[in-house]
Amino acid sequence: MLYHPWLPNLSQVREMLQEIGVESIEQLFSDIPPDVRLKRELRVAEKEPLSEYQISLLLGQVISMNQKLKYPPFLGGGACPHYIPHAVKSIIGRSEFYTSYTPYQPEVSQGLLQALFEYQSMIAELLEMEVVNASMYDWGSTLGEAALMSYRLNGRRRILVPKAANRYRLEVLKTWARGRGLIVQEYDYDAKGRIDLGDLERKVDRDVSMIYVEQPNYFGVLEDSVEAVVDATRKVGAISAIGVKPVSLGILKPPGEYGFDIAIGDAQELGIPLNFGGPYAGIFAVRWDARLVRQMPGRIVGMTTDVEGREAFTLILQTREQFARREKATSNITTNESLMAIAAAIMLALLGPVGIKELAEEILSRSRYAYRKILKEGGGVVFDSDFYEEFLVSIPNYETIHSNLLSNGIHGGRELEKGVVQFCVTEVHTKRMIDELVSRIGESIVVTG
Amino acid sequence: MWLQANWEEPLIFEKGGKGRRGYIVPVDEEIRKEVGDPLVPEKLRRSKNAEIPELSEQEVVRHFTRLSQMSFGVDQGMVPLGSCTMKYNPKVEEIASSLAESLHPLQDEASVQGIMWVLYQMQDWLAEITGMDLCSLQVPAGSAGELAGVLMIRKYNAEKGRTKDEMLVADTAHGTNPASASMAGFKVIYIRSNNEGLVDLNALRSSLSDRTAGFMLTNPNTLGLFEANILEISKAMHEKDALLYYDGANLNGILGIARPGDMGFDVVHLNLHKTFAVPHGGGGPGAAAICAKGEIANYLPGPLVKLGKGQYRFESPPKSIGRISTFYGNVGNIVRSYAYILGLGSSGLKKVAELSTLGTNYLIAKLRGIQGLRLYPDNEKPRKHEVVYTGREMVKETGVTAEDVAKAILDRGFYAPTIYFPPVVEEAVMIEPTETEPKEVLDAFATALREISAKAYSDPEEIKKSPLRTARRRVDLAKANHPSTVTPTYRVKRLRESGNISALV
Repeated sequence: MLYHPWLPNLSQVREMLQEIGVESIEQLFSDIPPDVRLKRELRVAEKEPLSEYQISLLLGQVISMNQKLKYPPFLGGGACPHYIPHAVKSIIGRSEFYTSYTPYQPEVSQGLLQALFEYQSMIAELLEMEVVNASMYDWGSTLGEAALMSYRLNGRRRILVPKAANRYRLEVLKTWARGRGLIVQEYDYDAKGRIDLGDLERKVDRDVSMIYVEQPNYFGVLEDSVEAVVDATRKVGAISAIGVKPVSLGILKPPGEYGFDIAIGDAQELGIPLNFGGPYAGIFAVRWDARLVRQMPGRIVGMTTDVEGREAFTLILQTREQFARREKATSNITTNESLMAIAAAIMLALLGPVGIKELAEEILSRSRYAYRKILKEGGGVVFDSDFYEEFLVSIPNYETIHSNLLSNGIHGGRELEKGVVQFCVTEVHTKRMIDELVSRIGESIVVTG
Repeated sequence: MWLQANWEEPLIFEKGGKGRRGYIVPVDEEIRKEVGDPLVPEKLRRSKNAEIPELSEQEVVRHFTRLSQMSFGVDQGMVPLGSCTMKYNPKVEEIASSLAESLHPLQDEASVQGIMWVLYQMQDWLAEITGMDLCSLQVPAGSAGELAGVLMIRKYNAEKGRTKDEMLVADTAHGTNPASASMAGFKVIYIRSNNEGLVDLNALRSSLSDRTAGFMLTNPNTLGLFEANILEISKAMHEKDALLYYDGANLNGILGIARPGDMGFDVVHLNLHKTFAVPHGGGGPGAAAICAKGEIANYLPGPLVKLGKGQYRFESPPKSIGRISTFYGNVGNIVRSYAYILGLGSSGLKKVAELSTLGTNYLIAKLRGIQGLRLYPDNEKPRKHEVVYTGREMVKETGVTAEDVAKAILDRGFYAPTIYFPPVVEEAVMIEPTETEPKEVLDAFATALREISAKAYSDPEEIKKSPLRTARRRVDLAKANHPSTVTPTYRVKRLRESGNISALV
């Protein structure tokens, strides 16, 4: 190989070796025992580099292997499609942001730090919580960290979660909880798809470390008594945690108003592409309480001044972190999802307080519209409750309908169990798209009972 | 001479004007009319709008553009942060990122065969690169990979009925290693390094017992040195039924030259945002893999992509520890590494190791005899991806610390190296140049360091004043962290100014 666009020194090897005072590059690896040397070429990709054009052709081939959908999928279950204004893409495409590292050197990273501080601050206003970190990986792992934090705070091992919480997130929680021997126990939902208060009460005791609730829950149902979770934790000295969708807070009561200790969620719906599941950005917030703040995982940017007294930003409360505290750190998290957090900040700034309210209302309105239309076509009610963005309907022969939809370029909802279908409808789904989805469902639905 | 932009840009909360908007929400009046109001019961409604600013689109764009100009990435200049592998992120990756953008993670597998093919190839390639049997891409970053790895070791031992509750960690290890081990419920035992900067075999043997679950090690280690006794280390571990864990943060210098699997490692994590050129995003998102060999591969986090009857499908390994992240890891970044690997080919990957190692040793040669900074350990052994200096003499002789040196480097148009790490080195300055910095940049960096050293000895106060050419000068960390002044959000600032918040105690 004589040259490569990403390897500038290929043509300077000889002079560099001379400066070092060795004959060959091989000598720089002389300390590696022959027994562990790889004596053949790696069998990876092609042997020779591909040009950018060849790569773009290959990427085109990959894209053509995916089915091209006519409309954004009507899928939820942990992520929903949303529109991303080009201003968001344009700014996070600035390489001063995206090629920089964690701002260890604050003096030269003020812009990055300020952007992250503004992300924390705008999320704080949305949640009405005082402290927000600079992001976690995603909602599921954030839930895992919340449980570990509660354990550190009270030494108790039982984590109460709703059976109506997102199943994937609960799986992640169980993985993260295993290390510390935490026990994840589910409390039931009632016939309306909402917290079964009786079951919750039966399971709450003084050995409970944290009680978690989602608003809206996995079924899209709006819980009408999340305050019961806060009350229950106060009675037994446990930690209360709520998982929320940030856009929904344009209209829904924020976690801070209920008095939750911890609020989590995912900023995906604020300017982050679906990305086939990631990167997203876990939101982690706590209320103003030293015990909570000091046990919080993740990086936090704070405001201060420089030696000339000018307003400045820096990473704060770092004594919680792995590089300083090693095995006593609050978390091992290092790389987070900063760039995604900046995307969320830009999205919130574009929306503003009225825009986010309007967006939440529009999502409510369109999802409600789709739900009613599907019922009219013969879909059955699963839970007769208020919902946001996602909803369940019963369609016994959905498997066939799904295939029909897909062969027409429409990705409908997804069965949570046989005949129970979860749909997600947002501002990206126009009336025409919804109407087509519904009429195609109507064409082949088998109505029972 | 380099001078950073300084816009004195106010907080976004202090900008804009009432009634402004940066984005039109598409409102369908027909649907609204049909659905009617109210959409949410009064009890669940927010009582007042969130106190976020109101700005036009241009104000938002200008604000964040100005902030970006007060940031510093690899596209602006050299970022020699040790153990961070801040290499150039080829622009073809920006095309690749579109591969996953519009795909929903729960789409019917039949509709996403293309992206699953990419994931399948990446699992395969990374297994080949590490010498492991199987890789899972489900882990979103290096630390999450470590957590997965140690949870796998824990579950594996539990199912074998072995009581193994101790995890050995090298004293030169990344701080994430002990933090991850501790999160998985292990007691952490540090293994000291000898005066050659390598694992002390006697210390290792005396710490090994039936309780030892594993040893977390990176090779080359954080001093940039290859652990030449690695086969003896792995033999000692395996004799005690303990596993060897590879922290892949430092793979860049041996890519295609030596593989963890051939060194006796059982579990390996890789940071795709280091060796495989995913941009760091100002702290993230990254992407990662966790790989394993033999029986323990059955415990990898799932789901993984499998191939059967010409179709790709998601499936979890039989004894999987479960999910570490909600879906399949940071696919939007995995595709960037995919393009990166294609652009190098297998022969180019090996060149990466050769040239990054060449770059490190070239820089060492250019810094020979620099006053006040001494190689750690002070020997002639070739370094791999990175090199560590100790500023012990400089601080003793001039009062100029590693931090002062770092700040002075900022004034010369470079980002600073990693400092005070690894903790076994006093006044550590850890430099990783990577293969993408041209020789002339390495020369300029060496010249800058030499100037700083000379200045430290002639006029230390001048160095202590730096940085002067960045948007801000040194920040007040005491104020930033003090319970009565700590300000993590604008909300706290506002509440404090109106007397509605107490000190954080």
